[in-house]
Amino acid sequence: MPPIKIRKRTETGGVRSFVIRATAILAALVVTAAFIALLGKNPIDVYASMVTGALGNPHRLRETIIRAVPLVVTSLGIAIAFKMKFWNIGADGQIIMGAFGASYFALNCPNLPQPLLLLVMAAAGMVAGGLWAFIPAFFKARFGTNETLFTLMMNYVAQKWVTYLQYGPWKDPKAIGFPKIPNFVDNAILPKVFGVHIGWIIALILVAVVHVFMKRTKRGYEIAVVGESVDTARYAGMNVRGIILSALFASGALCGLAGMIQASAVSNTLAVDISGGAGYTAIITTWLAQLSAPAIVIVSFLFAVLVQGGSYIQTAFQIPQAAAQILQGMILFFVLGSEFFVNYRVAFGRTVAPSESEVPEEFKVPAAYDEPASPEAVKTTKGGSRG
Amino acid sequence: MTSSDVIRFDRISKTFGSVAANRAISLAVKAGEIHALLGENGSGKTTLVNMLSGIYSPDSGDIFVYGKREYFHSPRDAIRLGIGMIHQHFKLVAPMTALENIIIGQNGSLFIGKKGVSVKIRELSARFGLEVDPDKRIDDMSIGEKQTVEILKVLYRGARVLILDEPTAVLTPQEIVRLFSILRRMKDEGCTIILITHKLHEVMDVADRITVLRRGEKIGTLEKTETSIGELTDMMVGRAVSLEIERSDVAERKPIFETRGLSVRGRDSLRAISDLSFTLSSGEILGVAGIAGSGQRELCESIMGLLPIEKGEILFRGENLAGRKTAEIIKRGISMGFVPEDRLGMGLVAKMGMVDNLILKDYRFQPGFFIDRSPARARAKKMIEDLEIQTPGINTPVKQLSGGNIQKVLLGRELGSDPEILITAYPVRGLDINSSYTIFNLLNAQKEKGKAVLFIGEDLDVLLELCDRILVLSGGIAKGILDARTATKEELGLMMLGRTEKEASPIAAH
Repeated sequence: MPPIKIRKRTETGGVRSFVIRATAILAALVVTAAFIALLGKNPIDVYASMVTGALGNPHRLRETIIRAVPLVVTSLGIAIAFKMKFWNIGADGQIIMGAFGASYFALNCPNLPQPLLLLVMAAAGMVAGGLWAFIPAFFKARFGTNETLFTLMMNYVAQKWVTYLQYGPWKDPKAIGFPKIPNFVDNAILPKVFGVHIGWIIALILVAVVHVFMKRTKRGYEIAVVGESVDTARYAGMNVRGIILSALFASGALCGLAGMIQASAVSNTLAVDISGGAGYTAIITTWLAQLSAPAIVIVSFLFAVLVQGGSYIQTAFQIPQAAAQILQGMILFFVLGSEFFVNYRVAFGRTVAPSESEVPEEFKVPAAYDEPASPEAVKTTKGGSRG
Repeated sequence: MTSSDVIRFDRISKTFGSVAANRAISLAVKAGEIHALLGENGSGKTTLVNMLSGIYSPDSGDIFVYGKREYFHSPRDAIRLGIGMIHQHFKLVAPMTALENIIIGQNGSLFIGKKGVSVKIRELSARFGLEVDPDKRIDDMSIGEKQTVEILKVLYRGARVLILDEPTAVLTPQEIVRLFSILRRMKDEGCTIILITHKLHEVMDVADRITVLRRGEKIGTLEKTETSIGELTDMMVGRAVSLEIERSDVAERKPIFETRGLSVRGRDSLRAISDLSFTLSSGEILGVAGIAGSGQRELCESIMGLLPIEKGEILFRGENLAGRKTAEIIKRGISMGFVPEDRLGMGLVAKMGMVDNLILKDYRFQPGFFIDRSPARARAKKMIEDLEIQTPGINTPVKQLSGGNIQKVLLGRELGSDPEILITAYPVRGLDINSSYTIFNLLNAQKEKGKAVLFIGEDLDVLLELCDRILVLSGGIAKGILDARTATKEELGLMMLGRTEKEASPIAAH
C-alpha cells in the first residue's frame, strides 16, 4: 500500500481555496442527490424546482429575500465575533432577546409616532441583544470561561424567558386562553419598499458599515489583532478586555437588530420561534463567507434560496422539507471537511513534494500534524519493519 | 566510493517551490568519524539530513547506506538502518520519566518490563558516559539532561549513526564541553556522527571532516587538520568577512533607566526575577546573558507593563513606570522587539502583511476613528529598500517571509519609532551571518544616536563583542554586571550557571 503523506500548506492560494470549496458544495449536491433518488424522485427535477420555487416569480423572490434578511444581519454580527476567534454561537438567543427588547416598546408604547417607535424598538433590540452577548464575553474576559458552551446555554435561557412571557405576564387576554403574545400595532411594523419590508435596505447598509468597520477603523483592526494573537495585542498596548467586550456587544447588537426586524416585520409579535433558526444557519453562512461582509450577502441569499426552495419541494414533490435541510447539513459537512484540504496537502507514494521548507511553529493545528519539521508530523500508513 | 562509507548522498537535489534547497549534493560519511555539516541558515543542511528521516524525499539523486541503495519513507526506515536523528527541538514527553520517554513508540509486548529496560539503559549510559537517571521526570531536567535523554533514546533503538541538528544552540559553554566529550566517546565506541552546525569554533573543536554547504550547494569537504576558521568562513559566506562586530564608543553617557529591587512572578506565578537592580545609560548597549528561562522574558515583559511587578521600581528619567499600562510605556519611548521562541508569537501578527504590522503600535496615535494606512505603506516600501527585505509584497502575510526578513520587519518597526530605549531579545536567532550584521549595525546606530539598548542575547561571542556591559542572570537573580571588553566566555558561562562574579573570575578560581 502506498504511503499517504500529509503536510501543512503555507502559501495561501485564493483560487485553489475557491476550487476546493466549490468542489465540496458539488459533492454535497451529489450525495444529497443520491438520497433524493433513494426517495424515488429525480434529483435534477427536485433541484430545478427548488430554484424555481425560490426565484420563479416575483412573489417567491420576495419571500426568499425576506428569509435572507435575518441571515445577512445575523451573519454580520457573528462575523465580528468570529474575527476575534470568539466562537459566539449564541446568535439565536441574541435574536430572541433583541426581539424581546423591541417588543417591550411595541407593546407598551403603541401610541408613539411610527418612525420614533421603530427607532426606539431598534435601539432596544440592539441593547438587549448586545447585553445577551456581553454577559458571556464578560465571563470569558474576566474568568476565562468557555464562550462556546456559555453562548449556547444563553440561547435556551432566552427561549425559556420568552416562553414564560408568552404563558404568563404577556399572554394576550383577547386570545381566549390561547398562549400567545398580542400582535403589534401598525405603528410598530416596518414599512415596505418594493413589496419587501425595509429590513433588506437596513441589511445592505449594515453590510457596508461592517465592511468599513472591519477594514478601515481602529477598532476593526484591534479585533483582527486580538483574533490572531492576544499576546501580540497586549504587547502593542491594546486593552484586550475592552476590545473583547465591546466587539461582543456589537456582535450581539446586530443579532438583536435581526430579532427586532423579524418581530416587527415578519411575525408582528414576539414568539419563541422568532428566529426561525437563523441564529444557527447564520453560523454556517458566516463561515462559508469567510467572515467577509460582501460575501455574506451572496451566501446568505443562496441559503435563503435553499430554505425557500426546500419548503416549495415539500408541496411540489411531497418530500419533506427535511430533505432540503439534509442538503444544508451536507454542504456544511463537506465544506468544513474541505478546510482540511485547504490547509493540508495530501500525496500518495514516495515522491512527495512539500510546498514549503519551513512552517513557523506557532500555527497550532490538529495535534499530529503541527510540526512538519519533525518525523512525527509525517503520517504514513506504511508499516515499516523496525530495528 | 569506498567500503568504509556509512552513508553516501549521490547528487541529491530538492526544490521547494522556486527555492533550490539542495542542488546535486554528493557527500560521503565514513564509518567512525565525526562529520560536520557546516553552513549558514538556509544553506540546506537540515533539508539534506531530513531525507534520511523520510520527512523529505529527494527530487533526484540516491542515498546509499552501507553501499546499498535505500529509500526512506518514515523515521522508522532510518531506525531500521541504525540511523538516529536528534532534532534541535527535543521530542520528549515532559511529564514522563527518562525511561518512559526512551521506550515510547517501541514495538513490544503489551506490558513493559521496566527492569530489563532499566538495565539496558544503564549499560548504554556507562558505555557512552551518558549520565541520566532513568526515573527522573523530563520536567525536572536541565536542557543538557534532556539532550542526553534524546541521545540515549536513539542509542537504545540501536542507532549506530547519530545525526545532531544544531545540538549546541541551547546549551551553556560547560554543557557544550560535556556534549563534545560524549560525542568523542561515541566515536571511540564505533559510532558515526553527523553534526549540523553553523558555529565554526565547534567544528574546529570536535569534527574530523567538514562539509561546507552554501545556498543549497556543496562547496567542499575538508579534513579539519588541513583547514582553518578563516578558510571555512570564506567557504560558508562566499567571501571573506570580518568576524568582528564593531563596538563603537560613545563618549557621552547618562543613566536614563534603572530598576531597583525588581521582583516579578512569571505566568506560572513562580518567582521569575528576584531583587534585580541595574542601570542603563544612553549611548550604551547593555547585554543580558543567561541560560534560556533565567528570567529574560519576564524582565522584558515587566518593563513593558505586560507582567505585574511584585516589588521594586522601574525608573525611566526619574519616573516610576511600575504599574503603568503598556500603552503609556510605549508612549514614553520605550520599545520592545521581543523575539520569543516561536518568533511570531509576540511582536508581529503572523497572518497580516507588513503594512498592518507596521501600524501595530502607532495606529492609536492617529486622530479619529479610522486608520490611514498610506503612511505605513510608504514606510513599508522604504523599509524593504533600506533593510533589503525579501518579500513578494507589502501585504504578503509576514509568516511567509524567511526568519531574517521577519526579524528585519520587527526591528525596523521598533527602530522606526525612534525609541529612547530599545529592548531586543534574541534578534539574530536563526539568522544568517549577513542578516545578523545588518541587525548589529542597526543596534550600533541606535547607540550612536545616544539611545539605550537592552540586548538579550544567547551567543556569548556576540554578547562580548557587541555590548558595552553584560548583566548575567541565573535563575532570575543578577549574578553581576561585567565589562564586555574584559570579560571572558568562561566567566560568563560560570555565572550563568549560578556562580557569583567573584567565584567566576579567573583569579579567584584557585
